[in-house]
Amino acid sequence: MKPIVVQDIAKRYGKKKETVEALKGISFEVEQGAIFGLIGSDGAGKTSLFRILTTLLLPDGGNAWVDGLDTVKDFKAIRKRIGYMPGRFSLYPDLSVEENLAFFATIFNTTIRQNYSLVKGIYEQIAPFKNRRAGKLSGGMKQKLALCCALIHRPSVLFLDEPTTGVDAVSRREFWEMLKDLKNEGISILASTPYMDEASLCDRVALIQEGKILSTDTPAGVISAFGKPLLAVKSPRMLHLLNMLRSFDMVADVYPFGEYHHVVMKREGEEKMLEAGLKEIEKDITIMPVVPHIEDCFMALMKN
Amino acid sequence: MDNDNIITVDKLTKRFGDFTAVDAISFEVRKGEIFGFLGANGAGKTTAMRMLCGLSLPTEGMARVAGFDVYRQNEQIKRNIGYMSQRFSLYEDLTVKENIRFYAGIYGKSDAFIKEKTDLALKQLRLEKEADKLVRSLPLGWKQKLAFTVAITHEPEIVFLDEPTGGVDPIARREFWNMIYQAADNGITVFVTTHYMDEAEYCHRALIMVDGRVEALDTPAALKQTFGAASMDDVFLTLARKARRNE
Repeated sequence: MKPIVVQDIAKRYGKKKETVEALKGISFEVEQGAIFGLIGSDGAGKTSLFRILTTLLLPDGGNAWVDGLDTVKDFKAIRKRIGYMPGRFSLYPDLSVEENLAFFATIFNTTIRQNYSLVKGIYEQIAPFKNRRAGKLSGGMKQKLALCCALIHRPSVLFLDEPTTGVDAVSRREFWEMLKDLKNEGISILASTPYMDEASLCDRVALIQEGKILSTDTPAGVISAFGKPLLAVKSPRMLHLLNMLRSFDMVADVYPFGEYHHVVMKREGEEKMLEAGLKEIEKDITIMPVVPHIEDCFMALMKN
Repeated sequence: MDNDNIITVDKLTKRFGDFTAVDAISFEVRKGEIFGFLGANGAGKTTAMRMLCGLSLPTEGMARVAGFDVYRQNEQIKRNIGYMSQRFSLYEDLTVKENIRFYAGIYGKSDAFIKEKTDLALKQLRLEKEADKLVRSLPLGWKQKLAFTVAITHEPEIVFLDEPTGGVDPIARREFWNMIYQAADNGITVFVTTHYMDEAEYCHRALIMVDGRVEALDTPAALKQTFGAASMDDVFLTLARKARRNE
């Protein structure tokens, strides 16, 4: 059996009148030694799903297996085999860096020394501060310590709930490098993120919105399913350009995308027509076809 | 003071013990511009922003915000700016309407003013039906749009936005930036921090802090040219990787 199998998982909160359906029947599978990304914004249902898979919450429907074990019946056995890094910092702020790591090792009946090779690369980065209290660490260092603590018992499946939220672009990149190393150690990883650009670093991704999965595929597969011509356009007057683009009938959608505006065309073969039409109104225009970004695909799926 | 600048900062410094969090930074923010304030975690952004908002006294240097001195007139600064933080910006257990009334009331606005502004805000945000719902029940994207509206209800000359779009979905993120553009169009200066580098491209000018200092300040186009980078993401990575400060 695959390390994570999720079948039609549902979760509701609240009483009869005001129920919120946090998960509306979610299914997917994670392959052995793969990084699976759950991409979605705040409130999409990612954390509820993590809590169910880590046996901290009971689902209202469906079944899930982690490492071949049922998340409801075999919860005790699952807890020994998984590593979990919750979205909120959950280490002991009044213990030092080293004490936190030793504490988590002891709880899982092991020692730091026994599994040090697995966390070495990460722990060495925070080792200069090993006597500092965890509560006094910066965001990036807290995140590294939390990852070490989640790994110290050498889990076979690792759950990371928004490990990079609020972390700067440099630390985010470093974090994903670390995940690649762990994957090479044979650990299967489920990670969630609101950052679309991190999707390309996963083997497979599921785009989740309002408790439903919009698409599950490889990052390349998500992109090739976009299916409509996409153009990047810029001019010195971007706000004006945006309004101008909205007035063209052949344009299905247009929105700012970094330095450019992205223009989704309704049909193939009208790109030249749009270019000519734009240049009639505004001379200083750069326009070119582009490959969709995961974020383009996500927005298109959300709007459907 | 140059009348075209709403913020003037000269060698502004903040030390905590022997640690220099903000190290003699100098820059100006022009009236009506969208000013991006970027930096890695621990670069000193929050400390600098707290000084500019009148919440923390500098150790050395000079700064004026909306015409007021950060040492002697920090109360006036607080009254004349808008501020929105990522984490805490609205009362979750108050309704949409109550939040608007509460914030405008704090700034001493009249009942008539508050009523007019509330109606306008609900209409613009298309939240009329949710007016009496608790803020807790709104999706994050809506909360953040409401928080921004609340932050500028008292008509400040400048608004400080601290990571306003963290965790917000891509469509709501763009709607939020649309509101920023509109505010700037109405003459409000926007001072904004973000971890999304595509949003840095939307700013008129962006400042990048590294180890408590100003490492670069220019238009996104000029920054990309200076550093031979294809995107602001690359500019940021090039500069932020130079950081020596180990947080």
